[in-house]
Amino acid sequence: MQPTTAPIGGAFLIEDAKIEETLTAEELPAEARLMAKTVEDFLRKEVLPLAARTEAHEEGLMKSLIKKAAALGLLSTSIPEKYDGLDLPKSHNALLAEKLSLDASFSVSLGAHTSIGTLPVLYFGTPDQRQKYVPKLASGELIGAFCLSEANSGSDALAAQTKATLSPDGKHYLLNGTKMWTTNGGFADLYTIFAKVDGEHFTAFLVERNYPGVSVGKEEHKLGIKGSSTCRIILDNAEVPVENVLGEIGKGHRPALYSLNIGRFSIGVGGLGYSKEAIKISSKYAKQRVQFGKPIAEFGLMQHKFGEMALQCFVLESMVYRIGGWFDVRFGGIEIDDEGAADKYRAASEEYSIECAIMKFFGSEVLDYVVDEGLQIHGGFGYTEEFPMARAYRDARINRIFEGTNEINRLTVLDQAFRRALKGRLALPQAATKLKDTILSASPSLPELNLDPIDEIGGWVQQIRNATLYAAGQSYEALGQNLIEKQEVVAAIADMAASLFALESGWLRLQKLKIAGSSKFELALSAVQVFGADVSAKVEQWGRVVLCAISEGDARRVNMSILRRLLKIPLVDTVTLRRQIASAVLDAEAYPWL
Amino acid sequence: MKILVPIKRVPDPYGRIRLTSDGSIDASDIKWVINPFDEIALEEAVRIREQGAEVEIVAVIIGEAVCEEQLRTALAMGADRGIFVEFNSPADPGIISFLLAAVFKSVNPDIVLMGKQGIDDDFSQTGQRLAARLNLPQATFASKIEIVSNGSAARVAREVDAGRETLEVKLPAVITTDLRLNEPRYVALPAIIKARSKPVNRVNTSEYGSIPALQISVIKREVPLPRKGGRKVGSVDELITALRDEAKVIA
Repeated sequence: MQPTTAPIGGAFLIEDAKIEETLTAEELPAEARLMAKTVEDFLRKEVLPLAARTEAHEEGLMKSLIKKAAALGLLSTSIPEKYDGLDLPKSHNALLAEKLSLDASFSVSLGAHTSIGTLPVLYFGTPDQRQKYVPKLASGELIGAFCLSEANSGSDALAAQTKATLSPDGKHYLLNGTKMWTTNGGFADLYTIFAKVDGEHFTAFLVERNYPGVSVGKEEHKLGIKGSSTCRIILDNAEVPVENVLGEIGKGHRPALYSLNIGRFSIGVGGLGYSKEAIKISSKYAKQRVQFGKPIAEFGLMQHKFGEMALQCFVLESMVYRIGGWFDVRFGGIEIDDEGAADKYRAASEEYSIECAIMKFFGSEVLDYVVDEGLQIHGGFGYTEEFPMARAYRDARINRIFEGTNEINRLTVLDQAFRRALKGRLALPQAATKLKDTILSASPSLPELNLDPIDEIGGWVQQIRNATLYAAGQSYEALGQNLIEKQEVVAAIADMAASLFALESGWLRLQKLKIAGSSKFELALSAVQVFGADVSAKVEQWGRVVLCAISEGDARRVNMSILRRLLKIPLVDTVTLRRQIASAVLDAEAYPWL
Repeated sequence: MKILVPIKRVPDPYGRIRLTSDGSIDASDIKWVINPFDEIALEEAVRIREQGAEVEIVAVIIGEAVCEEQLRTALAMGADRGIFVEFNSPADPGIISFLLAAVFKSVNPDIVLMGKQGIDDDFSQTGQRLAARLNLPQATFASKIEIVSNGSAARVAREVDAGRETLEVKLPAVITTDLRLNEPRYVALPAIIKARSKPVNRVNTSEYGSIPALQISVIKREVPLPRKGGRKVGSVDELITALRDEAKVIA
């Protein structure tokens, strides 16, 4: 069921999840699946067959594909009905985005248009700006692009050097600077460009391609997503009418950062979509490829790969729709033309910045793992461009870089958690203190034997939560604000938090499958058991890294003994369970859950 | 003009059908779709409407409550309204053609446009039986349809064993569609949203009097054996030996 309430962002770090606040992929309605089928059919019949030509940057081809997609309504899924859009819930949009990811170049081009190319003006524009641009962006008459990065400001985006100065007659801002890595740069009609007014006030501008002083650099030669256009946008006294300031002067960080959060979520979604495709392609191949007298699919080391690819996807999918359902709650009911709507959109998007950061690095790393193993399963053939995995491997790599590198996103997890704690929005210090009191006052009860498997996994989730809280709490106690300088420690805590969120998401979905009497429950149980066992061991290792880095001598020994008490690594026959999952993958020749 | 398009819910033709241990069909993994031949029929109805005449397209589905999903899909593909005949018992072409005949009488369409067969049981009987029950002309296996004589007749090219045959049928008539008639378009997302508000009329089969008995019973189901790969032989003699001694198809 679509949840009607959602937790506060970061709540998973400190408290149990509510199952009624969890959406799962299985619960999406038939209407969303029908839309997804349209997208998938379109991708398979119209886009994928042209991949070699889009990769060669055939003039006008990508733009024509985006316009074809527009005719099917694909550009207007996030736009309110008032501006001729379909206003789909984020969770339904996620399902469509999974299908778009079948062609990474197309997906990135279309996504850049519909999210960072369209949403800033939709959410932060004046009614006039919206009227002028949004219906045309929705119909594909205008293609949008977003210009934030510069040569010297990538991750540190707000340090942009592009300047804007008011013209003497007060009618224009004159923009000067060069923007890098603009997706759709080569053919976009409307650029959302960030510049500092008088070199100080970071501000967003809506810049039409044909304004005097705007020019487009040559296509960058990229490793992957070659079919997408990536150019510099050169601003040489570019004349932007004052009415095209987007939002307020000096408040450019709002449209800039709003977009990043949703973009991070989308990277997890795209990672999921293509991972499923890679499983499909690789499983078919492994059943056909015969070596030593039998299909390679029958070998244990191949089955390990299929089991692991599929279970990682299962967990990622559980995360995607869990967050998607929360976004549906938070975005639901905001009326676009209401007073303060922009703030409401921003608040809805920002609420899950911790979870979106996790989705970004976790999802892109699942995808990288899956395409890497997909290529490996294909052996030497996989290394050639004759087979699809080589392109998939190249295309996947960007996901760890854009929308904030995975390093930045790992730092974001703790940065956001601490900010929220300081503002009193997240009771992180209280939870850490409470945990410590419990540890000091009593020995934690030993896990009961012969538990129901779902309860047992619930225990693992709790252990990882405790270990994460303990590591974060001890680190903050030891280093205070200086913790942020020990990036290795911060990243290890982020990985612990991501493991917690991932395992808990899989566990919640498992419960829902059981309640629904799903025939896929047993398979899901195997997946979550393997994931839980593996991730518990990793959390133990990250915990050790953290605690050894922040304490020494007796304090370190105490810390380590507490970590061992908090976290008992489950003993699971992961070999047998992975083979079970692999056999379901190979039988279906696809991701076996949906 | 009014076109009635009967549609059937069938398993995805690209999916795999599995049997459970007791020999029934394992429905847990099946994705359900509109019978592809019926989709072609619906697409053709939409194309006839796009030629400019005033056309109402009525989609009808017969079956259990879950079938409403495919009826909604038909509305998204362009049907103007839907009729949902809830029927929870096993059915065969005798029963379905009887129920469709009753629907026909309440709708009074000019054309019944439907797939030449369901891809699940491949009977290819329902359209023909429906025409017989209603005493209407029929044109089966259509690969081209033209509305002629000011909408009072249809010229239909049929795919038959000897090639193509062209018939002209007076309307109302039953026309069943073949694979090459058209290629259904993508269902646009706004049309899917619009389908939410299109009317669906629910009909109880008790209105139709006594329903004929099932004439077909399923004795058992088997999954076809996987095909074995062939092999090349070196000479005609070797071939004859293999056909006689291994395949045992010649004496």
